[in-house]
Amino acid sequence: MKLVACVKQVPDTTEVKVDPKTHTLVRDGVPSILNPYDHYAVEECVRIKEKIGDGSVIVITMGPPQARSALMKCLALGADEAVLISDKAFAGSDTFATAYTLAQAIRKLGSIDMVFCGQQAIDGDTAQVGPEIAQQLGMPQVTYVEKIEIDDKHKLTIHKQTEDGYHILEAKAPLLLALLPPTSFQPGNPPMSRILKAKKKPFNIWDAEKLGGDKSKFGLDGSFTQVIKTYTPPSRGECEIIEKEGKEAAKKLGEILLKHEALIKR
Amino acid sequence: MGIEIILDKCTGCGLCVKACPFAAINIKDKKAEIEANCTLCGSCVEICKFDAILLERPKPSDKDLSEYKDVWIFVELREKDIKKVSFELATKAREIADTLGERVGAVILGGKVKHLCDDIAAYGVDVIYTAENENLIQYNTSNYAGILTGLILKYKPNIVLFPATHLGRDLAPRVAAALEVGLTADCTGLSIKDGLLLQTRPAFGGNIMADIISPSARPQMATIRPNVMKVQSPDSSRKAEIISIPVDIDPKAMRIIIKEIIKTTESGTKSLDEADIVISGGRGMDSAENFKILEDLAETINGVVGASRAAVDAGWRPRSDQVGQSGKTVSPKLYIACGISGKIQHQVGMKSSDTIIAINTDPEAPIFDIADCGIVGDLFEVVPILNDELKKNLSKD
Ligand SMILES: Cc1cc2nc3c(=O)[nH]c(=O)nc-3n(C[C@H](O)[C@H](O)[C@H](O)COP(=O)(O)OP(=O)(O)OC[C@H]3O[C@@H](n4cnc5c(N)ncnc54)[C@H](O)[C@@H]3O)c2cc1C
Ligand SMILES: Nc1ncnc2c1ncn2[C@@H]1O[C@H](COP(=O)(O)O)[C@@H](O)[C@H]1O
Repeated sequence: MKLVACVKQVPDTTEVKVDPKTHTLVRDGVPSILNPYDHYAVEECVRIKEKIGDGSVIVITMGPPQARSALMKCLALGADEAVLISDKAFAGSDTFATAYTLAQAIRKLGSIDMVFCGQQAIDGDTAQVGPEIAQQLGMPQVTYVEKIEIDDKHKLTIHKQTEDGYHILEAKAPLLLALLPPTSFQPGNPPMSRILKAKKKPFNIWDAEKLGGDKSKFGLDGSFTQVIKTYTPPSRGECEIIEKEGKEAAKKLGEILLKHEALIKR
Repeated sequence: MGIEIILDKCTGCGLCVKACPFAAINIKDKKAEIEANCTLCGSCVEICKFDAILLERPKPSDKDLSEYKDVWIFVELREKDIKKVSFELATKAREIADTLGERVGAVILGGKVKHLCDDIAAYGVDVIYTAENENLIQYNTSNYAGILTGLILKYKPNIVLFPATHLGRDLAPRVAAALEVGLTADCTGLSIKDGLLLQTRPAFGGNIMADIISPSARPQMATIRPNVMKVQSPDSSRKAEIISIPVDIDPKAMRIIIKEIIKTTESGTKSLDEADIVISGGRGMDSAENFKILEDLAETINGVVGASRAAVDAGWRPRSDQVGQSGKTVSPKLYIACGISGKIQHQVGMKSSDTIIAINTDPEAPIFDIADCGIVGDLFEVVPILNDELKKNLSKD
């Protein structure tokens, strides 16, 4: 079985600060990390490959040359081969153009059984790229995947999170999965020995020429959405601290809440 | 442009006949044949194992954009009822349609849905497109996306809005990719500017807001966060034109099968992302049992209990209760955070609440940076007294 994991390098949004004067994002010094959702997806993809016994995991990313480090990490996590799709032509891609480019790359890799994505990337939070790739490849998809099991006959049993619990689904390849890490998941660093081993694995870099496909669907040209303005959200104002002892404070809070529209309009 | 069967490749296996939700394919002389009622939805292309179907939809640049009219919403159901977010979408769609001088259309897919039409019409919907089939009772991506894609190609709406729920975030990108149009995720604001849909959404973990337009393709599509848009009061005298779309769904063509549906929240309880009042507990709650005091308060003020990731990780609450980056996004009128430090990943999921109240022993906790009102104190002392206070006063009237 041939498995593909799509990963993205993202700024660590927990480290992003807003400049109090200019109200713009301070990105200097913000570390780039492998999207935590994708980190988990790669680990799962490798686990499924090992369970099946034969097969390979190819990790792909579309991004700037620095995104190489995210792929190297994935190779250290157990992926077998990496593809970095990098070219100025891809700059400014929205989710449609990103998905088009990734789908084109996946097609180029030959007949793929399963595609693993993170449920969302922590910078854009759109959760759209996975389903858009699936549509372009004509593959069924399962999003919000919490758990995957595969049996000897390659039948998949999938837990899909729903708003009030989960569904247990049955499926077979080919398909695309968008994975949600368990709440306890902490992205860890692979051991040094694996990092060294990763350096010997095949690493491909594809530019627009090499990728092929319809150039009008790349980058800014292929993007239908346009960001026309970004700004910091209006500040919420100061927090009013109720400066009283526990019991009195609780009573005062009660008074405030009784005047709140959510309680009046019950 | 259009759809074509590559006769050399077609084996007449009939999978496409089963997959077509519009019953627009027949097998004649061991080859598939596309009928005139084909909507170019693409369900057949997806299922064909032999790459025997060639589909080319009109390119956005070929489209005459002015042909596209009306503001559509996808109506999400919860069991047999319309979800509150659908009314929010209808209200917003009405406002936008009035600005543009267009109609509001609504799509309802399900088992039996006709009886729901008046309910949604009351929020200002003019035309309702329904498809009824027992295989649509449970949401499944392929059928829903196929039907919606077909409807949009046929009726050409200018704008289509989806709820940014589990369902909407699964369905909308599928449809957008099939149509080759833009899709803006998780919008918290919508308006019309120079005739275009101006979509506002948070990004970078809620640290910035972005204004987005999709000028070059139609329809303009977006998913909308639940609980952000206001709901107008319904006008039951409003009636809508109903257009029933005949569909034919063969469950054998479904490639992903639901074996079991597990609910971790009690049925009948309001879901977290639809609640007007959310009371969340974090690590400061100390144990699963202690959440009882939050449950009691929730009962008094008709709220729903949520949790931080720390509380879920500790096993005190089910995962479906988690608010935040890897949990749910809520934006209730009132959010009460008890024993939650309010790290950025938690904030992402609740920052857009109208009013935020924090109860925490640590005056330095980041939750106070975004709270409107707070108590630096022990929640085990504050919450029960607060509950008594509210109970006393609310039972009076
Ligand atoms: C990729 C990623 C995704 C994440 N996604 C989420 C997410 O979706 N949701 C989420 O919540 N977190 C998420 N987190 C984790 C997040 O960073 C925090 O670790 C978590 O929110 C902390 O939960 P907490 O505030 O309950 O616990 P703590 O940070 O331990 O805070 C407990 C608070 O309770 C107060 N307290 C203790 N006792 C009392 C008392 N008796 N009375 C009053 N106050 C008291 C303490 O002062 C403290 O401030 C994510 C992290 C990562 C890396
Ligand atoms: N540039 C990219 N390269 C590779 N994979 C990506 C890229 N952008 C998004 N993805 C994949 O799509 C998922 C959802 O991303 P998003 O739609 O941006 O929230 C991510 O978790 C990745 O698996």
